[in-house]
Amino acid sequence: MTPRVLTVLLLTASAGALLAACFLGSTPLGGARVIAALLGQGTAGDGIVLWEIRLPRALTAFVVGAALGTSGAALQGLLRNPLADPGVLGVTATSSLTATFALYYGLAATSAFLLPVYAIAGALAATALLAAAAIRIRSVVTLILLGVGLSSFSAAAMSLLLNLAPNPFTLSDMMNWLLGSVANRSLADLQFALPFMLVGLAILFANRRGLSALTLGEEAASGVGLDLRRQRIAIVLGAGLATGASVALAGAIGFVGIVAPHIVRPIVDHDPARSLWPSALLAGLILVLADIGVRLMPTATELKLGVVAALIGAPAFIWIAVMRRVTYD
Amino acid sequence: MTELVAKDITVDAGSATLVRDASLTLSPGELVAILGPNGAGKTSLLRAALGLLDTSGGTATLAGKDVATMPAAERARLVSYLPQRRPLAWPNTVRDIVALGRFAHGAALGKLGPQDAAAVASAISACDLEALAERNADTLSGGEIARVHFARALAASAPLLVADEPTAALDPLHQLGIAELLRRFVDAGGGALVVLHDIALAARFADRLLWMRHGQVVAAGPPAETLTRERIRDVYGVHAHVATDAHGFDVRIEAAQ
Repeated sequence: MTPRVLTVLLLTASAGALLAACFLGSTPLGGARVIAALLGQGTAGDGIVLWEIRLPRALTAFVVGAALGTSGAALQGLLRNPLADPGVLGVTATSSLTATFALYYGLAATSAFLLPVYAIAGALAATALLAAAAIRIRSVVTLILLGVGLSSFSAAAMSLLLNLAPNPFTLSDMMNWLLGSVANRSLADLQFALPFMLVGLAILFANRRGLSALTLGEEAASGVGLDLRRQRIAIVLGAGLATGASVALAGAIGFVGIVAPHIVRPIVDHDPARSLWPSALLAGLILVLADIGVRLMPTATELKLGVVAALIGAPAFIWIAVMRRVTYD
Repeated sequence: MTELVAKDITVDAGSATLVRDASLTLSPGELVAILGPNGAGKTSLLRAALGLLDTSGGTATLAGKDVATMPAAERARLVSYLPQRRPLAWPNTVRDIVALGRFAHGAALGKLGPQDAAAVASAISACDLEALAERNADTLSGGEIARVHFARALAASAPLLVADEPTAALDPLHQLGIAELLRRFVDAGGGALVVLHDIALAARFADRLLWMRHGQVVAAGPPAETLTRERIRDVYGVHAHVATDAHGFDVRIEAAQ
């Protein structure tokens, strides 16, 4: 399969999954009624189900997946390691911590923009810390361990916030961020987070060629003409913005940023630059499908998307770690 | 003419001085070999001369411009650099790794322009890698990988080439192969600055030798003038037998001092 065929395939599948998400749900809605609502001709109730519940939810799942998939692929290219991803490195955990902090102190209520801003600030701080450490620490294993440490610390601080939650409502609000979900998102929520996400993704895509150069190692990469400092800042900024915006939308959803680039990589000849597009599409597709699964699963309380993603993703992470092809390091 | 000129370079790392007042020049059409024991400051001098390392003294210019302020891509189009450590993060194909040499020309993997593709193809053929071009890097032997990196450096089509121990960890045949590739690059009008550990190989292929010890350049000149028994003793601390024969120089290390 060529990269072009892969992209076309993923685009088609993503469009199909988004459409399917409109047809499926807890309220039985016939195909004709969904199509009518899509075209704006259905009843008011059908319109609400479609435009305010199903479509925003599916779109949120897709853009969150795309942001995490791209960030994962870009961080893997920058850190030269297939196990790097916003979740493993503690970026999403730190981001959801700051988002929870904003919720806890009621800051998010004062302006809808504050939640994404806080989530992004946390993501940027974590990514910048990791990138700064990456310059000093040569060992990638140490870097991953640093990410694990960061992740644990954020989890601990999060537990503290949960512990101090003043009432059950705040507690359940916080739990949502912790577990990760795209339920009950509105187009307005999307509107607030999307600009940050798009800027982040644009930065990542604009700087993807440098990720190919980093294949050679940092010294040789600067030897072939890469401005290392600029590249690091760009990827940190891009991944921080995209991940932070995704956390603001859906809370902490892990592992999709590892799994998607891993599947894509052999098809794009292991080139980090060429893995960005397909990783974005595949990760978006995975989350849309997983969310459809969550909605259709006949459980008493609906499962959280982040929980399902982790249940599938964590074993995949272990598999990738064990099967990692050893290169000349 | 593209010339690399480093003058009175000093490099400090903490309280240690890695390079002290070292100078070198590299012009098209010459092969210069840097010789010296481990820790003599060879790599630091190379990096400083390329502007990849902060210096505490001295200047380095490339084609008359200060390397410290030169944009990375502009520098890369004038001089290609083959570092000592060459880790590959991913098992890319040989052709893609060689194509990374075209980075400074704006090449993106998977969609090379005609000029980039031609440069990559000619580098692959110069290093005799056609048969391996579509193979993944993790299926290659050490000798093959060394040729791939060399081809990557050639693909840049830069007038100058700086290579740090390009023959490290290679068997004699492959060392000779790399040395011949260097010589061919120089005979075609390029200028090459190379760190080597094999004194005889350096003496045979290089036009000039640059001897380093304790961060300083202690001698520089053609092999016939600078390669002596005493020099090897002073620089490396070993006794050696040096003779000239029809093929060039015969250097035999005999005993530690």
